[in-house]
Formats: sequence, structure tokens, C-alpha cells
Amino acid sequence: MEIDPFIFRLSIFILSIFVGYYVVWSVTPSLHTPLMSVTNAISSVIIVGAIIAGLAGGNDSVFNVSSIFGFLAIILAAVNIFGGFLVTQRMLAMYKKKKKDKK
Amino acid sequence: MISANLSAIFYLISGVLFILALRGLSSPETSRQGNFFGILGMIIAITVTFFSIGNFSTGLIFVLIFLIVGGSVGAFIAYRIPMTAMPELVAGFHSLVGLAAVFVAISAFLNPNAFNLGYPGNIKLGSLIEMSIGAAVGAITFSGSVIAFLKLQGIMSGSPITFKGQHPLNALILISIVVLIYLLCASQSSKLFWILLMVSFLIGFLLIIPIGGADMPVVISMLNSYSGWAAAGIGFTLENSALIITGALVGSSGAILSYIMCKGMNRSFFNVILGGFGASEQISSAQNKEQKPVKSGNADDAAFLMKNASSVIIVPGYGMAVAQAQHALREMVDTLKKSGIKVSYAIHPVAGRMPGHMNVLLAEANVPYDEVFELEEINNDFANADVAFVIGANDVTNPVAKTDPQSPIYGMPVLDVEKCKSVLFVKRSLSPGYAGIDNDLFYKENTLMLFADAKKMTEDITKNL
Repeated sequence: MEIDPFIFRLSIFILSIFVGYYVVWSVTPSLHTPLMSVTNAISSVIIVGAIIAGLAGGNDSVFNVSSIFGFLAIILAAVNIFGGFLVTQRMLAMYKKKKKDKK
Repeated sequence: MISANLSAIFYLISGVLFILALRGLSSPETSRQGNFFGILGMIIAITVTFFSIGNFSTGLIFVLIFLIVGGSVGAFIAYRIPMTAMPELVAGFHSLVGLAAVFVAISAFLNPNAFNLGYPGNIKLGSLIEMSIGAAVGAITFSGSVIAFLKLQGIMSGSPITFKGQHPLNALILISIVVLIYLLCASQSSKLFWILLMVSFLIGFLLIIPIGGADMPVVISMLNSYSGWAAAGIGFTLENSALIITGALVGSSGAILSYIMCKGMNRSFFNVILGGFGASEQISSAQNKEQKPVKSGNADDAAFLMKNASSVIIVPGYGMAVAQAQHALREMVDTLKKSGIKVSYAIHPVAGRMPGHMNVLLAEANVPYDEVFELEEINNDFANADVAFVIGANDVTNPVAKTDPQSPIYGMPVLDVEKCKSVLFVKRSLSPGYAGIDNDLFYKENTLMLFADAKKMTEDITKNL
């Protein structure tokens, strides 16, 4: 008997939760805000679903109810991807060590 | 057009890159590289999606246009947003993830053929379950984040909104969501799908309104977690491993942050979520407020105390963010350091309105991160320090958390500020903090209250140094 592919996806999911658990505990508390903004950005990888939905119409019906929701989701996710990564970068650029000459 | 197997491998690679992005945040040195991995992972995921569809219809032009429109808006916000507004920004972004998840679920429900999920009215059962869970969690994330955003922005009052029968009502709605999902899967009725979305929006709204302003760190982390679970739900529907991995990562990340925040307040997660904290206590403390003697001083006194100190510990709180005093504070510290005074910063886990809020503000003001310490790292140093400079913090310094079992904040880890030889407390008035209780620290022998706006007071002290 074959195993349902769902089980494999479930395995990926469960194992990723554990990976996430250990990785996030090792994040230094001073970087918790960048952590939130970067998790925001990466969870917008949901845009792949939005792109599929947006392109589903084909040539004759680019805009139908389903693809319009796809397009809307693309805009929202794109705001998040660019906004999330750039604001994280901006924050991380500010974290500096003590300058040596001041010591 | 590339094969489904090849694209699945690329999605896996982008999932791994996302793990590395979070891994990078374990120290500030590696964090920038981590962010780069995240961006790379995103580029791979998006590119592979285009190639796997292969059918470059005219729709592609619109996809690219909308991508650029959204991207420019996002980039514009990212460059313009002041660091003090970071909690609002993160709450706003969460709402977008939630809404995007809802939209993707809607379009998958309306046009399941595009996703190989079956046909309208006959969607594969597994996919329909995954889709409706993703949509419901996404909707809760959206409306919850909108409320959190409004509260943080000050458009909506930060005080908890409670009413009779609130908890039974919420419980009822949550049960009805489960029932709706069951019925939806049994009947495939699109009417039920829309009702499910409406009810989920409603519960997101109801869940967040009873939670007060200073509990926002927990709320934001919790919504962070929800946005991850919503993404994972959609990931299962789309059979996309990048999305499943990311959803799991983000979900557990948000859950851990909520746990850390709750621990920082010594309150259980449910206690925070059920809300209403600070609403009842405020009344009682206002009634039995007795006049106790308070020593208050001006910038000159404060400057004198600090000039003669050999070590100073700064305790920033939300008030510093409100007054935008971080730059003025750094200037004051620079002046102190020039006279050879040792200065360090002590950050309580729940200081501010989101996890790590104070650290970002200090980093913005060019404070080196190796001068900034967490509660456990620095708490023993207060006894050896000469001056504690409390700016905009209150409850997190209240010694009553250690002494009075009756107090609502009893057991909460606090900074041992009172052990310092002298305490300077910058505050606008004697009013109690979020927990609605008086701070004993105000009335201690060695405390000098500086009643003023945090920024103005800090500037004045610098002038007097």
C-alpha cells in the first residue's frame, strides 16, 4: 500500500516546527524585533499561491473573480515581502559594536 | 515550464534558506547575512513559481505590475517608518499576511482546477479542510492585527474593552467555526465558506479588543504565530513545501515569543488572552491613594548625582519611545562616558510594546549593542551601581512584585533598581503604570523623581553636566 503524500507534507511540517523551536530559542533577545519583521517577510512566500491564482485565467479571461483575488493577494504579499525584508535590513544595519578607539 | 519535481526541490531550497535567515539572528554579526539568505529564498520561490506555470499569458504582465506596485509601497513604507512606530508596522504587516492567506484561499475555493484540487463543488476533501483552516486562521490574523494596529497607533483606546458574557460569546463563536468547517466539508457549499470567513473576522476582532496596551507584546507575538499557521494551512492546500516549512517556522517563532513575553510578566498565556488586566485594579488603587512624601528634583540635581557617580545603569521603557528620547539619552550618556563614568543599559523583556522594542530604539540612537543587557545579565549589578536612571519605565521596576503576594504583579521578574545607591526616575506624574498599582520606588529615601517630559529632561541634564 502506498503512503498518502499528505503524510510526507505533515512530516515536513512537524519537523519544521521543531527546527523553528530550536532556531528561535537561539535568537538573541535584542534581535526579537527584527525576528518579527523577518518572519513577516518570509511568511509572505504565500505569494506563490497568489501568483498561481493570478495566472490561472489564461489569455481569454485574465480577470475573473478567482484571479482578481489572486492579484489582490499579490499586492498584499508584495508589500510585506519588500517592506519586511527592507525594514529588517534597516534595523540590522543599526546594530553596531562599540568602536575600538573609544575603549 | 519545469517539472513538478524540480520545482519542489527549489521550494525545499528556499525553505532551507528561510531557516538560515532565522538562524542568522542568533547574533548581530551574522544577522545581516541571514537577511540576505531570506531574500535569496524569496527570489528563488517566486522565480520557480513563474517557471513552473510556464504558460506566460497576458496575465503575467498584470502579475508583474501588481508585484511592482505592492513592492514599491512596501519599500516606501520600510524606508519612511520611524523606529518608534515598529510595533504598529509589524501589526500592520501581520494583517496583510492574514488577508493574503484569505484571498488565496478564496481564489482556490472558486477556481480549484488551477491548483489541481478538483472542481468547484467537488474539491478534494483533504484540500478543502486545509483550505478552510488556512482561511479561518488568516481571517482571525487579519482582523486581530487590525485591532492591534489601531490600539498601538492610538486611533483606538489602549484600554481593555470588556463586556458581560464576553468569554462565553467568544467560546461559542470558536465552536461555531469548527462546526462550520465540518459542514462546509460535508456540503461543499460556497455560502458556508463565506459565512466561515465572516465569523472568523468577527472572532479575531473580539479576541483582541479586551487586551490592553501594555499586553501588546504578547498580542503581537501571538498574531505573528497565527500568520505562520495560516501560511502553513495554505501551504498544505497548495502542496508547497516552502510554504509549509515557513509556516511552521513562523508559527513556532511567534509562539516562543509569546511564551517569553508571558514569562516576563509572570502571567499565563490564558490570563493575557482573556484580557481585562489593569481595568479593575485601577479603580481600587485610585481610592486608597494616600499622600506619601516624594522627593522631587530638577535637571541640576540629577546632573550633580550622575557626575559624582562611577557607574550608572539606564532603565528605558515605553515612555522613552513615546517621548522619542533615545537620541537625547545617548547624548547624555556620551557626556557621562567622557568623564569616565561606566554606563550600561538594562532592558526588561516586556519593556515597550513588542519584543526587543527598546533594543531597536537604542540601536537607532547608535548605542553599541554590547552595552545593552537583558534582565538576568544585569540584575546583580544594580547593587554595585551608584545611579539608576529610569526613563519611561514603571511597573518593571516595582519592588512590590517581590514583596507583596496580594499585588497583581507579584512574582513578575523586575529589575532590582531599588538596590542602587540612588535612583533617578523620569516620569511625567505620579500616576500608576499599566498594572494600575502604585510604585513603592517613588517613595524610597534614595529616589529622586524628575517630573518632566523624558526628552526635555534628558536634554536639560546634558546641559548641566
